[in-house]
Amino acid sequence: MIVCDIFNYHMNIDLKTIKHISKLSRISVDEKKAEKLAGDLNSIFEFIEKLNELKTDNVQPLASVAETTLKLRDDEVKSKNLREQIIKNSPQENEDYFVVPKVIE
Amino acid sequence: MSDITKQSLSELIKNIKDKKLSSTEVTKAFVERSEKSKELNVYVTEDFSAAIDKAKKFDENPNLDLKLPGIPMAVKDLFCTKNIKTTAGSKILNNFIPTYESTVTQNIWNEGAILLGKLNCDEFAMGSSNETSFFGNVQNPIDKDLVPGGSSGGSSSAVAAQLTPITIGTDTGGSIRQPASFTGTVGLKPTYGSCSRYGIVAFASSLDQAGPMAQNVRDCALLHEVISSYDEKDSTSIDFKRNNYVQELTNNIKGKKIGIPKEYRVDGMPKEIEDLWKKGIDYVKDCGAEIIDISLPHTNYALPTYYIVAPAEASSNLARYDGVKYGFRADGENLIDMYEKTRSEGFGAEVQRRIMIGTYVLSSGYYDAYYLKAQKVRKLIKNDFDEAYKKVDAILTPSTPSSAFKIGEKTNDPVSMYLNDIFTVPVNLAGLPGISIPAGHDAKGYPLGLQIIGKAFDEQNILNIAYAMEEKINFKNKITDWWIK
Repeated sequence: MIVCDIFNYHMNIDLKTIKHISKLSRISVDEKKAEKLAGDLNSIFEFIEKLNELKTDNVQPLASVAETTLKLRDDEVKSKNLREQIIKNSPQENEDYFVVPKVIE
Repeated sequence: MSDITKQSLSELIKNIKDKKLSSTEVTKAFVERSEKSKELNVYVTEDFSAAIDKAKKFDENPNLDLKLPGIPMAVKDLFCTKNIKTTAGSKILNNFIPTYESTVTQNIWNEGAILLGKLNCDEFAMGSSNETSFFGNVQNPIDKDLVPGGSSGGSSSAVAAQLTPITIGTDTGGSIRQPASFTGTVGLKPTYGSCSRYGIVAFASSLDQAGPMAQNVRDCALLHEVISSYDEKDSTSIDFKRNNYVQELTNNIKGKKIGIPKEYRVDGMPKEIEDLWKKGIDYVKDCGAEIIDISLPHTNYALPTYYIVAPAEASSNLARYDGVKYGFRADGENLIDMYEKTRSEGFGAEVQRRIMIGTYVLSSGYYDAYYLKAQKVRKLIKNDFDEAYKKVDAILTPSTPSSAFKIGEKTNDPVSMYLNDIFTVPVNLAGLPGISIPAGHDAKGYPLGLQIIGKAFDEQNILNIAYAMEEKINFKNKITDWWIK
């Protein structure tokens, strides 16, 4: 069985890691939720790490099963005057703009 | 005509074409039964009065050459429907009204069908029991407090309870086939690239496919024929020659080679599933097919691979829900605070869990160890199928490792929930078509399904095998209408 060190090292996802991932994910997490997530993620990663049993050095990664090359099309505008439709579902807008909390002081 | 809702899609179409039934009569019958079935909680959005209006309009000038003339149909709430709220089972999209229509639903309306409403599902299609929906559990019409499967749980329940003659779901790791198996209905996951993903709320883009869910194989073939099309709006849509799936449907499967993968005999599989599988093997033999033992050696690695690939793609796809352009927004002290609160309050626990897994496996330093590794194993899984298909035309397996379970039974253990999809996930990873058909009952009287997996683009073949088996199995769903008072 081949087990690489990086996995063993990270088998245990601690609260600090959870806070880091939550920051990257832009999902706020309080202490209670962080503890629950750490438990869940540890059991899921324990399950995922079964993949380390396999040697895959010479295997080409599969990104998509659709083995056709992507089609090229002419670069022309097909959708016009969608401004109203695009803005329609916005939680807050001001004429033609999306409105967000102040970014620049 | 009585018992309109008991008729299959094919019977309804025939009766409408023969002018024995009007679209209005049919639509009203399904609306009335749906009204009496609120306890099943299958609808997120009902569009009943508009449906009856559309049916009346259809009857004024009926075009009987269409494939779905005046047929009412509810669809999974993952398909964008123009001017009709589309939630994906999530709080974060609870106010989202698309300004465009998905290609798959547009194909359905183009053939004369009428929207009844939008059906409940697991949030962003992430779940195997419909319990992650913001809109609550769906009841399985088979028995009270039984899950209908997921993520297309509202769809499977609605078809089994005859609240819609037919429906569509989506399948990323088993979300059509597992709920079909849990409710005694037929569900087809087409080849990746067969049905357009345009306008379907994205979960894991390299795995997602839309497909039909029906009471029988013929109806399933008919709806597949309608929804499968090449679409330039989906860059992974594949331009291949599609069959006339109904016209070419045959129960003659003599000489077909059917593979039985030994790795699908998993530890702890109930004896009744094993017995059902053996019965299935006998049925296809009776039809003149040849049984061949095969090996898919990387089967055990499919679920761990899936739980890297799918969350990774989901974390990327769901980055768009930021409270700015559409959907729910929470108040925040600044921009980042607004993002974080919006996503924390707008997404449910399972979706947050998967975003976090996906973010972690894609994050700097871990990409090669997890995501790249999973893509390599995905290649090995696909190679297994490629090897097998040198010897066989299709593969027969159970659809699920158990029958439907009780609501709440598996919600506290994500991994045990994930194991539900052990027989369906490899099919998505390899991009192949798979169909689940009801094949028997367990000791509790709950339905059990068998899955037929085909070569890429070979839907016709697995539909034919399913059609031949259906005739032999002669399955009768045990629905008592317990929810109707």
